[in-house]
Amino acid sequence: MYVAVKGGERAIDNAHAWLAEERRGDPAVPELSVPQIREQMALAVNRVMAEGSLYDPDLAALAIKQARGDLIEAVFLIRAYRTTLPRLAASAPVDTGAMAVDRRISATFKDLPGGQVLGPTFDYTHRLLDFALMAEGEVRVAVSAPATPDRVPHVTGFLNQDGLIEEAASSDALPPDLTREPMELPADRALRLQALTRGDEGFVLGLAYSTQRGYGRTHAFVGELRIGTVTVEVDIPELGFSVEIGEIELTECETVNQFKGSRTEPPQFTRGYGLVFGQSERKAIAMSLVDRALRWNELGEDFTGAPAQDEEFVLMHCDNVQATGFLEHIKLPHYVDFQSELELVRRLRAEVAAAARQEAAE
Amino acid sequence: MTDQAYNFAYLDEQTKRMIRRAILKGIAVPGYQVPFASREMPMPYGWGTGGVQVTAACLVPEDRLKVIDQGADDTTNAVSIRKFFQRTAGVEVTEATAAATLIQTRHRIPETPLTRGQILVYQVPIPEPLRFLEPRETETRKMHELEEYGLMHVKLYEDIARHGQIATSYDYPVKVEGRYVMAPSPIPKFDNPKLSGNPAIQLFGAGREQRIYALPPYTSAVSLDFDDHPFQASKAPHHCDLCGAKNSYLDEVITDDHGGRMFVCSDTDYCAGRRAAGQKGRLWSPEPQEAAP
Repeated sequence: MYVAVKGGERAIDNAHAWLAEERRGDPAVPELSVPQIREQMALAVNRVMAEGSLYDPDLAALAIKQARGDLIEAVFLIRAYRTTLPRLAASAPVDTGAMAVDRRISATFKDLPGGQVLGPTFDYTHRLLDFALMAEGEVRVAVSAPATPDRVPHVTGFLNQDGLIEEAASSDALPPDLTREPMELPADRALRLQALTRGDEGFVLGLAYSTQRGYGRTHAFVGELRIGTVTVEVDIPELGFSVEIGEIELTECETVNQFKGSRTEPPQFTRGYGLVFGQSERKAIAMSLVDRALRWNELGEDFTGAPAQDEEFVLMHCDNVQATGFLEHIKLPHYVDFQSELELVRRLRAEVAAAARQEAAE
Repeated sequence: MTDQAYNFAYLDEQTKRMIRRAILKGIAVPGYQVPFASREMPMPYGWGTGGVQVTAACLVPEDRLKVIDQGADDTTNAVSIRKFFQRTAGVEVTEATAAATLIQTRHRIPETPLTRGQILVYQVPIPEPLRFLEPRETETRKMHELEEYGLMHVKLYEDIARHGQIATSYDYPVKVEGRYVMAPSPIPKFDNPKLSGNPAIQLFGAGREQRIYALPPYTSAVSLDFDDHPFQASKAPHHCDLCGAKNSYLDEVITDDHGGRMFVCSDTDYCAGRRAAGQKGRLWSPEPQEAAP
């Protein structure tokens, strides 16, 4: 029995070999390639890129393959890899107004400049299992419209012309970097948004849902949701101008929130903001609701004790790599601390029993 | 990707520099929790990422590294961390406490007294001793600033009122040089006296919580108590069944399903050393059961 806990090294090697075998599954079934995952599991790839804070669809697909489809494990692989990368430059802020939109909808206006573009969405599909996919049939080619080179203006911009929505002042302040500096509280909005965009989708979704059910209600409308590609530009000091280095796909959500005014602010609409890598609209909407809930202080609202309003609660618990690590570490050996607890409980029980005996004797 | 693609001891030099700065600050202000920009490591948070980063920042090629978990060199996570540094730093490793220049530990302080020049690196899950009394970091930092430790004393007092004794058996808080209350990581309180006045440098790394703190050599670390309820380092009231040690911390091992159990040193190096020197415990036979069936 005593020797059973020994031999850790051999046990680890054998476990890894078995894991590799399980990952591959039945060798009679063809192996998945990384491009297959990248192309056909794109939303999983997007989630791994967003929560892994690294825009690289090939590496995210590789991580999903290596993690056997466990997306949090895949996020962790990407984060651990990301740590080792040098920081070469910071890009100029991306211009989502110039986004080549695949999807752009507003829930607040029936029609608007730039139009409503439904795009590739599950929204109006009937959730019926499509058994034809089991037969691996060919897909019908979708009709396409010519691309328009025009800028697509933001809905919140229209509201702003009338002064109906709070001013979002632009700032050239350098945002803090969550991955290079320890988290400091209270956090500014830029830091909160950073934490939320890489936060766990399920956690952020749950918090956002809780605000809708009354725990820090913010009365949100989706002013606009847009998905598409934007160019990434980097300033090259030697050249004196910025150079386009690539394109990334983003989902941006701006909520418009009813606001009756507070001690410090007039009645107006207020903003919540979500921006996430890839097509990740559930996450972007949830993020914008939580962002808005966290802004209670600057808008002069009351803190009602709702979890989604509580910056420290949200920021310290939204990271799934941290959360899963600490949660799962309790399966590591703890027999030293358990032994000390065992001794303590035995001692306390002995004292309770002795006291009971004494009481009975009296 | 080959191992050569990584820097010595995995982390790049800039990151190590940032960690060393935090360590130096920690040594300058014993017991104070220094925030640092903890990196994602290739092992999960909770597996010792804080300790691993501190070790990586301290290692030099001449070091001899020992890694223990629960006092043992051969538990799976100790093996895994030791292998990580063998692979990324190529340093010599050892199981002998006295031969090691740097020891990374989880949940124990070795029984063999440490000496000058050694570094002991602790893996820390929750660096904040006040965390379970006050969940907010913004509040606990203020409490440390103001040296406001009344809440902790109230908790200890309530333990005594309810149970007749302080019901904390591991991660037992200490006061460092009369200033900061510090969590010694989940070592059994049996190990607490070894924290104080230790000739080795003791460094504490909490990766997920992004904190580093330190006890420089010969620093006083007093376990919190009351005059009428003095601190007591406790262990199982037995001797080691393998080496017969009377004063080492013991693990309880269940040997059958009829309530049979044995007690063995949690510090495997200490126990093996005593047996090699001819010490015998109750159940020690010259032919140990080396291989499990």
